[in-house]
Amino acid sequence: MKETIQILQENLGQSLWETFEMVLISGVIGIVLGTLIGLILYYYSNRLFSPRPVVNAVVGFIINAIRSLPFLILMVVLIPFAKLLAGDPYTPMGGAVSLTVAAVPFFARIAESAFAEIDQGIIEAARSTGANFWLIFQEVLFPEALPSLIRGIVLTIISLIGYSAMVGTIGAGGIGNLAIQFGYNRYDTGVLISVIVILVIIVQIIQWIGDWLAVHYTRG
Amino acid sequence: MSQIEITNVSVKFEQKNRTIDAVKDVSLKIEDGEIYGIVGLSGAGKSTLVRTINGLQKPTQGTVMVNGVDITKANKKTLAASRKKIGFIFQNFNLINNRTIGQNIAFALSAGGYPEKKQPEKIIELLSMVGLQDRKDNYPGQLSGGQKQRVGIARALANDPDILLCDEATSALDLETAEEIITILKDINERLHITIVFITHQLEVAKNLFDRVAVMENGEIVEQTTAYKLFADPKSNMAKRLVNRFLDEQLPDEVKYRLRDQPGVILTLKYQGDDSLDPVITEISGRTGVSISILQGRIEYIHSNAIGVLAVFITGGQNAISKAVQLFTEKVDMVEEVSR
Repeated sequence: MKETIQILQENLGQSLWETFEMVLISGVIGIVLGTLIGLILYYYSNRLFSPRPVVNAVVGFIINAIRSLPFLILMVVLIPFAKLLAGDPYTPMGGAVSLTVAAVPFFARIAESAFAEIDQGIIEAARSTGANFWLIFQEVLFPEALPSLIRGIVLTIISLIGYSAMVGTIGAGGIGNLAIQFGYNRYDTGVLISVIVILVIIVQIIQWIGDWLAVHYTRG
Repeated sequence: MSQIEITNVSVKFEQKNRTIDAVKDVSLKIEDGEIYGIVGLSGAGKSTLVRTINGLQKPTQGTVMVNGVDITKANKKTLAASRKKIGFIFQNFNLINNRTIGQNIAFALSAGGYPEKKQPEKIIELLSMVGLQDRKDNYPGQLSGGQKQRVGIARALANDPDILLCDEATSALDLETAEEIITILKDINERLHITIVFITHQLEVAKNLFDRVAVMENGEIVEQTTAYKLFADPKSNMAKRLVNRFLDEQLPDEVKYRLRDQPGVILTLKYQGDDSLDPVITEISGRTGVSISILQGRIEYIHSNAIGVLAVFITGGQNAISKAVQLFTEKVDMVEEVSR
């Protein structure tokens, strides 16, 4: 018990920070790039914008290809790439590389379906005002898709926290690494349980905030 | 030159194994400042046709000229400029749900390049026109259907259009609310001199609103006429069908059942003007000796012109009845024997 508390005191803060770093970097890039790619997929498939089946098929294929790899394999395959980008692949920055590569196509599909859910009639009304695409994006697509996007962001962040534990096992750090190193390898059940409890709390809080925001941005 | 000139327009939709001819070789001219109705059953191609006017639908063939601009050949910029001057009102309102009423209108204003600073004032002005100036900060979900449509009208008027396209604008509303919307549209047409193209499957809309009307069936225009003539003297089968349904000349089955065993004929008579038919009935009855009882009767006013519809039951001798029917045919605009 004493030992458990000591381990947690020495490592928990650092591990949480590393997880936060990985999830933040991959989450932000994943959501921004994913939204952009989702928008491209939507734009080139909607008959009211500019249907280009070929562009859509090519982008869609690349996304599916990345998404069809199990994360563990994607992570291993990307080690050289992480080295190139982050210098040392066995750091939170290195870990963030593979997490980002997984997050982008994941969120792209979420964003695409969030846009596709918008009533075609609303898009038609927007088009008939003569508005350009940027204005339609800002004032129609974005607010109408926002609740779905928020739910997708929650889903993505929670998945990334889970994946970050996997990245941790190959040495990128984070809270998952803490659980494996001390809880599993050194048989300290206390550490393992503490990590589980902390993860459950974090995920719950994120879900609550996300649900609240999604409801808040769904107006009357 | 007319404000809207649709010439030989066809729209085909290619589907997997077949081609659907939504609009077939339609030509129409709509004049500046008139209220033009396009009526027909759903699926007749009305929505597709009206969308060719603002380029939401590209015709497969033909040209669409609006204010001298060929919409079918316009580039992006010209098309956007034309669209700003063509308001569009939809059956399902199509407001941005997660934006306030004010923001919905601001969007249309921004689309038309209206300076942001002056927008709040213009938004109030537009909402006042439809009586919703105090709902600026509400979201669409907080309004009733009729109120949403009024916002739809305010949005469509944002960029001072000279044409308003209405796609079944009253079909999702109850009759009373539909009347309200029609009154607003009529008022807009009169005060702002905006041309209105209104498509609907509801003929009751036509009787108060339209100046001229086209009847569509299976992608074709089968009749072009004035609103009054459509009701008084429909020529095409589709027009007759629509008008008959509206005038409800069909006698209830109960009435026919009640008369099943009695010898005689049932006639429906349609006549223009609001004179009573009493003298005619009395005269014919007196001259032929038949007895005539009135089963059903009503008068509809189309732009203050009356159309009367009467169903009568004639009994008497065979020859007397034939003579009576012949006399009615001479004195009344339309006589139809109702099969029993």
